[in-house]
Amino acid sequence: MEKRYWKGVEELRNDAEFVRLKNNEFFEELPVDEVLGQKADEKDATPRRDFLKFMGFGVAAASLAACEAPVRKTIPYLVKPDEIIPGIPNYYASTFFDGHDYASIVVKTREGRPIKVDGNELSSLTKGSASARVQASVLDLYDYARLKGPIAKGAEAKWDTVISDIKNKLADAASKQSKIRIVSSTIISPTTKKVIAEFIAKYPTAKHVTYDAASQYGLIKAHQLAFGKAALPTFCFDKADVIVSFGADFLNNWISPIEHARQYAETRKLNDGKKTMSRHIQFEAQLTLTGSNADDRYKLKAGQTGAALITLYNALASKSGATTINSSSKTDADKALNTTANELWNAKGKALVVCGTNNVNDQLIVAAINNLLGSYGSTVSIAQHSNVRQGNDEEVAELIREMSSGEVGAVLFYNSNPLYSYPDNAAFASALSKVGLKVSFADRADETASKCDYICPDSHYLESWNDAEPVRNKFSLIQPTIQKLFDTRQTQELLLAWMDSPVTDYHEYLMQNWRQGILNSTAGAASVVDWEKSLRDGVAEHAVAETEPSFIGNVATAAEAIAARKTSGIEVVVYEKAGLGNGAHGNNPWLHELPDPVSKICWDNYFAMSPAMAKAKGLEQGNVIEVKVGNVSVKGPVALQPGQADDTITVAYGYGRTHVGKAGNNIGFNAYPFVNFNEGSLNYIASGATVNKTSDDDYLLASTQTHHTMMGRAIVKETTLEEYVKDPQAGNEHEKFSTYKGKALAKELDVWATAKHPGFEAPLNHWGMSVDLNACIGCGACVVACSAENNVPVVGKDEIHRSREMHWIRIDRYYTSDMDKEKAKEEGVGKLSMYGLMEIPAENPKVVFQPVMCQHCNHAPCETVCPVLATTHSSDGLNMMAYNRCVGTRYCANNCPYKVRRFNWFKYSDNPQFNYYMNNEYGKMVLNPDVIVRSRGVMEKCTMCIQRIQYGKLEAKKQGRKLKDGEIQTACAQTCPTHAITFGDYNDKESTLSKQSKNERMYHLLEELNVQPSVNYLTKVRNTHQTNSNKEA
Amino acid sequence: MSNVESSIRPALILGDKTLHDITEDVCRPIEDKPNKYWWMAFGLSLAIFLWWLLSVTYTIGTGIGVWGLNKTIGWAWDITNFVWWVGIGHAGTLISAILLLFRQKWRLSINRSAEAMTIFAVICAASFIVVHMGRPWVAYWPFPFANQFGSLWINFNSPLVWDVFAISTYFSVSLVFWYTGLIPDFAIVRDRAKTKFRKFCYTILSFGWVGSAKNWQRFEEVSLVLAGLATPLVLSVHSVVSMDFATSLIPGWHATIFPPYFVAGAIFSGFAMVQTLLLITRKVLNLEDYITMYHIDMMNRIILITGSIVGCAYLTEFFIAWYSGVEYEQYTFINRATGPYWWAYATMMTCNVVSPQLFWSTKLRNNLFVTFFLSIIVNIGMWFERFCYYSYFITS
Repeated sequence: MEKRYWKGVEELRNDAEFVRLKNNEFFEELPVDEVLGQKADEKDATPRRDFLKFMGFGVAAASLAACEAPVRKTIPYLVKPDEIIPGIPNYYASTFFDGHDYASIVVKTREGRPIKVDGNELSSLTKGSASARVQASVLDLYDYARLKGPIAKGAEAKWDTVISDIKNKLADAASKQSKIRIVSSTIISPTTKKVIAEFIAKYPTAKHVTYDAASQYGLIKAHQLAFGKAALPTFCFDKADVIVSFGADFLNNWISPIEHARQYAETRKLNDGKKTMSRHIQFEAQLTLTGSNADDRYKLKAGQTGAALITLYNALASKSGATTINSSSKTDADKALNTTANELWNAKGKALVVCGTNNVNDQLIVAAINNLLGSYGSTVSIAQHSNVRQGNDEEVAELIREMSSGEVGAVLFYNSNPLYSYPDNAAFASALSKVGLKVSFADRADETASKCDYICPDSHYLESWNDAEPVRNKFSLIQPTIQKLFDTRQTQELLLAWMDSPVTDYHEYLMQNWRQGILNSTAGAASVVDWEKSLRDGVAEHAVAETEPSFIGNVATAAEAIAARKTSGIEVVVYEKAGLGNGAHGNNPWLHELPDPVSKICWDNYFAMSPAMAKAKGLEQGNVIEVKVGNVSVKGPVALQPGQADDTITVAYGYGRTHVGKAGNNIGFNAYPFVNFNEGSLNYIASGATVNKTSDDDYLLASTQTHHTMMGRAIVKETTLEEYVKDPQAGNEHEKFSTYKGKALAKELDVWATAKHPGFEAPLNHWGMSVDLNACIGCGACVVACSAENNVPVVGKDEIHRSREMHWIRIDRYYTSDMDKEKAKEEGVGKLSMYGLMEIPAENPKVVFQPVMCQHCNHAPCETVCPVLATTHSSDGLNMMAYNRCVGTRYCANNCPYKVRRFNWFKYSDNPQFNYYMNNEYGKMVLNPDVIVRSRGVMEKCTMCIQRIQYGKLEAKKQGRKLKDGEIQTACAQTCPTHAITFGDYNDKESTLSKQSKNERMYHLLEELNVQPSVNYLTKVRNTHQTNSNKEA
Repeated sequence: MSNVESSIRPALILGDKTLHDITEDVCRPIEDKPNKYWWMAFGLSLAIFLWWLLSVTYTIGTGIGVWGLNKTIGWAWDITNFVWWVGIGHAGTLISAILLLFRQKWRLSINRSAEAMTIFAVICAASFIVVHMGRPWVAYWPFPFANQFGSLWINFNSPLVWDVFAISTYFSVSLVFWYTGLIPDFAIVRDRAKTKFRKFCYTILSFGWVGSAKNWQRFEEVSLVLAGLATPLVLSVHSVVSMDFATSLIPGWHATIFPPYFVAGAIFSGFAMVQTLLLITRKVLNLEDYITMYHIDMMNRIILITGSIVGCAYLTEFFIAWYSGVEYEQYTFINRATGPYWWAYATMMTCNVVSPQLFWSTKLRNNLFVTFFLSIIVNIGMWFERFCYYSYFITS
């Protein structure tokens, strides 16, 4: 028998009273009645006053005990991994591809967590650059809205059961001969494709359907018709002397923007005395980022693109002797099209025409034009095709038919969210409901996944193994940079498990595929060393030795289809924003907060229209309108966009997500329904729209720039190529001031520095920056890169509306105005009305972009006014900020002529009011430990990434050598796709910066103030004969 | 009372009072129970104070972002109120110091209250300095005190540090001046005290004043010395405050005219505030015999003169903007008058330049209602001046 002990005799006896008391928390009865009641005076009870005393003491003691700072645990490694040294970053080569954008990247990790993504310089495609979305992707890893484990029928589940359940159901579907469909966005991973192919071999009724929300199927199919190869061509903008684009936003979103931007900038930089640059002509309805950068830009309704292409084709065909197409259609830009044809023909072999519509007939004409110009093989290649879009719109339409007729037994969604992004998502949803097994691999319960039976969350790409082949024979690898944060599984592993593959570890599978397949040479399978080299480099590139196929397309048929189009009335053009893209990263606050490069509006999409159109319709910015096309009707706010074609409304997709996470839910509205299926592909232009003003209250659009013109000031100095060739200093006249000694430059008028006493000169290094305005395209990658590097908080729409954004670098965008001082003088316009008119942008303005960060003035106005010396100058020319010393008078920001100082109006971290990434344990993991998170009430601003300078200096010191030029890069300079920003040392006379500072194009912003900035700008040069706004000459 | 004034000057105190009468009248508000007007004024002030306390608690608790400031407009409500309050304070010092040196005896019946107004106006001004800071809990850092933060020191180049010195000097001198003047009055109250506690308090406050000839001699010497110290302060404090703007490089701020024109504006608004307060005080505390129409007329004259100086300065600014040839400067001024904030500028011009011109009329100068109304108008106008000039400017 069990041995038993008892506490006392009472327990042994176990009498009724004892049992009753035993169940009380306090063995003796509490004197509650006595304390609170009349019995308090009795001697043996605690009197009320004593009770209050005890309580007072208790409360005081408890609150004192609670006053201690919360305990934060730092757990040291028990066994430290060799490669991790606290405080020293590790870098891993990897690849970013989300079904939309590609970049070969290097991931910076600190203490085992990725904190920054930058471009991989070894890639011949992206060459060390990254776009805003690539930069922001690291934040998605720490997104708290990601699923923490698999979901079965809406409830949390275990992987084992989920995997076996799905496997059984797949086998069941296969045995019933019902169809299995894998729906994915474009997959560029050859190994993943191999897994899918093997899966299909195992389940013969399976098929892989590729669906791209931002489809390029028209371009792919056009190349099938034109060259017999269904693929995307690759473009070499760097080899083109004349670039003509019909609405293709190739610098921002179109196919491979990072690569295009670099190529484009190469032809436009005027370094080392270069006197030539490419000529870029844009015909478009929307004022795109690419159109903003064009030398000449003509408004053309998107519906007229096809007709314009035919006009251009005919003009070129008549020059080359090819047969022209019968066409009677007229466009708004016929005159310009003819002059453009001349320019193209003169640049034959070095010309390139691109078109942004997703329409097979338009693209076929474009292919024919490029063929006439001899562009294939020089500026465009189909032999070396691109893989970044493989979506087949026709197969998706077929899929819906199959699903609604009940033929599909199982559907698997991989990186695809059609219930959000498919135009007729209601039809998709009702068709989907007829499918027996619905599985999503989405990382969150998104619009599609939440309607699926199972969600098997895929790991984030920074937690995964994979590979990529963005362009034929250019491979790159994806490797994990952190242990999986949540209980997620890579989709490939699940597929391997369901098909009973002998290798279920995807890492093993990938390595085998690379060693035996991709890296395979004539000598046989590649060695482990080769594999490791590829992994370390991140890329493996082979040449393509194949000539361009010859043109076999039928232009006449395409022209007939174009002629049959109805394009009258108001058209709606659905486009993509530089930040949010196709909406897949809808919960990324960095991207929401990134202002649109052209409109400068953030946290929203809107119906943009030209001011003239708005005036005609009686609309103003912020009015809520209802736009109706067919049976699609969407409500949204109006934004005025100068430069946009009349009778055109543009609207961005990617917004209006409902199941993405707290930052992104219900931001803006979904514009995908305007997309329609036409001429065999998804068409992003809808014509015949009607616009009605609603009675809703005006909607607030938050913009980071509310003043749009330069008011006749030389803030961005600009000239034409013609002028520049004559005089490299053209457009860069330095203002002189009258003194008693005659005219002098601002910098010569110094109270302190004289010839005898030149003032302080940085003895060792003198850091500075140069911005080539001819290269900057205004994309905003630097803004996100800076936010990621420097822990810049996200403040949200309301605060942006109050002009309190925290970005350390901003890109100012200016439109030209039809009014200028000369014109005012000629026409006798008074000063007041002149300034009034100057504020109004031209109808089709020229656009300039100017990145502005702290100018690190050597005579800094901010430094002299700080009462507590919180902002001072370093011996190497930096304007520094001591956050801990700042008392927050904001005088420095008032006195800053560039308005680059940012104030922490609130506490932006750990504050429920700013519920973005700095507010939870996961989001905070992205913070750069080298940069402090600023507290409430202090000023901050660009530091020129002082932590990187310090790191670089120490590395050089440790190795006992001098710093090399380019060794230290600021975050903005590093990511810039066009290398418009150069960081360097003025004291190094051989540095690129020193050379650029001696360039004739160099100027300082607001030079007349003589604050002697360390940042200089190089004038913008346009290859045009037009001045001021884009008007037909 | 034996009147030593020449007969062509009007009597300073009406009602043919004896010294005892004056003592009775002056002590009555302290010794009697306050009347209902006092309670109304006190209740209103208390309500406003509590509201202020609530707002400040919220501001400091949440962050200065609760104000509508932004990245280009770093100061608005704070600088407007700060400069306005400091300006208000100037009348007290002017009355007590400059008018003392100029032997304007009429000042005697209003100087103490004007000085009290100065003290509290400076406290109000200082409160805006503290509250406007991003981190008010370290508001003491701009003082040059020995510290253990390392070798941290203050920036003597910064106009804000000059402000710290100017305001603290001004405050301490005004306080001492005010207190010195109060000592004989405390002694009278002490001597009349009926309760022990009262006697004890006023004994301490009156510093052992016995009213001997030696006492009075020293009192007058100290007053003279303090007046000598305070006189330059009348001119310097607002000059220093104006340098917050004048030394910056923001168009519309960067102007050398600011020091004299700030001082004129300060005296202008200060006298208007004295008028507002005294017109209420003389009514509530029945002091019509002491604060006479003569005082009111005199102060109205000062308002007329300083208002005209301010108006002249506004026009000079426009002239200089045109004459400088700097178009941004010109634009700033044109925009100030015709831009989105034209209404603030129009209010300022009407209240500060046009309305005081009514005081050319003797009849209006001696009309209590007009005086009271205009004194409030002037202070509204001066508030808008501070608002127009410091909060709203076009940035590059």
